[in-house]
Amino acid sequence: MKLRTIFLAPGAVIMLSLFFLPLLVVLAYSFLSRGPYGGVLLPWSAESYTRIFDSLYLAILWRSVWIAAVATGICLALAFPLALYIARAGERKTLLLNLVMLPFWTSFLIRTYAWMFLLRDTGLINTALQSLHVIREPLPLLFNTGAVILGLVYGYLPFMVLPLYATLEKLEPALLDAAADLGASPLVTVWRVVVPLSRPGMIAGCLLVFIPCLGAYLTPDLMGGGKTVMIGNLVQNQFTTARDWPFGAAISLLLMGLVLLVMRALGDKGEELL
Amino acid sequence: MQTVLEVRALTKHFATHRAVNGVSFSLARGEFFSLVGPSGCGKTTTLRLIAGFEEPTSGQLLLDGQSMENLPAYRRDVSTVFQNYALFPHLTVAKNVAFGLERRGGLSRAAIAEKIARALDLVHLTGKEERLPNQISGGERQRVALARSLVLEPKVLLLDEPLSALDAKLRKEMRQELKALQRRTGIAFLFVTHDQEEALSLSDRVAIMNGGHLEQLGTPREVYCNPKTRFVAEFLGNVNWLGGAGVRPEAIRVSRDTLDGASAAIVEGQTFLGNCVHLTAKLISDGSLCTAEIHPQHCPFQAGERVFISWDASDEFRVP
Repeated sequence: MKLRTIFLAPGAVIMLSLFFLPLLVVLAYSFLSRGPYGGVLLPWSAESYTRIFDSLYLAILWRSVWIAAVATGICLALAFPLALYIARAGERKTLLLNLVMLPFWTSFLIRTYAWMFLLRDTGLINTALQSLHVIREPLPLLFNTGAVILGLVYGYLPFMVLPLYATLEKLEPALLDAAADLGASPLVTVWRVVVPLSRPGMIAGCLLVFIPCLGAYLTPDLMGGGKTVMIGNLVQNQFTTARDWPFGAAISLLLMGLVLLVMRALGDKGEELL
Repeated sequence: MQTVLEVRALTKHFATHRAVNGVSFSLARGEFFSLVGPSGCGKTTTLRLIAGFEEPTSGQLLLDGQSMENLPAYRRDVSTVFQNYALFPHLTVAKNVAFGLERRGGLSRAAIAEKIARALDLVHLTGKEERLPNQISGGERQRVALARSLVLEPKVLLLDEPLSALDAKLRKEMRQELKALQRRTGIAFLFVTHDQEEALSLSDRVAIMNGGHLEQLGTPREVYCNPKTRFVAEFLGNVNWLGGAGVRPEAIRVSRDTLDGASAAIVEGQTFLGNCVHLTAKLISDGSLCTAEIHPQHCPFQAGERVFISWDASDEFRVP
């Protein structure tokens, strides 16, 4: 056996046994009928798939897509100037990059709770504003769609910064000089030269943010307070309280299909980068 | 002649070294002017200061009599051809050339298209408009960079070692073309190079830089034949230092017959260079070595042979 094949083996075994086979199980479940206390039963049925087209579920699906898209857009708008700044920061580059990654040192769950302590009615922000007599009633900062988007942007911003930084760092400084030399002001240079040349980083960043946002369930659950249901919550619900495993399996597969569609839409470049 | 660019006591100090130290010179309209010197002599920094990519520590830059102080690079009516061309990789040849024109505003689409066509014709790139920079050869990229700057008709074209990325044969061809282009457009060229041959063959005037300051400025003939410092003499070519005077190898005559004022020497060896032979001989009087450049057909001398060395007094120069 060739060394290359041997190197492939551990990964291949893990992916086959822990990802591909379970995925087949999910596929099978999605075509079975629900058991009374969870689990699945015969007969085979495609009912789970037809149920997805119920307007209630389509609304959840649509909400998930637009929330993920808005969060991705905000991440891109915030991360681009930041990544550009870090890429041009000279010796302080490493320090700044480490600061971007610093939040990963703490669990996502704990950080989400921290946000809740800041935003809730008796949280830091509302208490401070009230004691300063800026507001009388606490602002509704938590348990709404805005809070979910805030949580997603906060959680996934580093995934946008890092690929953008990687492309911007490779940008030849002479190109910026050349643009200025040809009469482009700094802003025009960013728009006409830097942005087009950082497209690969933008695509990679958008995929890295959009995909997990689309399937997010922790953030909408905690920061949305169960009011902003996203597709991830729907899946979780089917396997727990609703006890409808076939329907949960069908929605998960639909979510995967959506992700594949998005990657297709962004072209082959996106796949290469992932 | 009318001055287009004036550089007065230009100085740039970096944290660790003084890159440019009180450099002054001026460019006449339509002149081909070279800044030549070894790497690290401050020639590229001087160019970057004129382009506006760096802020001078002190000194003045006047373009057509107007101070360029506080004028950012994108407002200066000069244009740069970069060492590695710095073409925009995401734009086609035509779009690269259009970049500067589009920034100007006030030009119609048709006027821009016409100017691009003319600029590309000038550098013989007609037909390559829709190619991307990575789809054309190095020499063609060089021409795009030239067209991109020339199309703006800048008051001064700054060229930062533009030929150094090309192979030797192409470099010689481009040298001729550069000269022709400068004559045709009438734009003043400020050419930075470390190659003294390039500087001497192309320029109307040459400034030799060393350690951040200007050593000498003059026509190629002046600086080569009458260098004012030892550095200039040795940077521009080979020199024999004979009795305190400098003599270029090509001015040395070697003969088997004794002549008036000739010095006796012993041939040490010779190097065949194709178009000439460099013959090294040791003077009997003081043991100093002397190199003579001789036509290969006229070099019958053998190592160890006794010869006589002579030169015209008009060919020697003295430096402090």
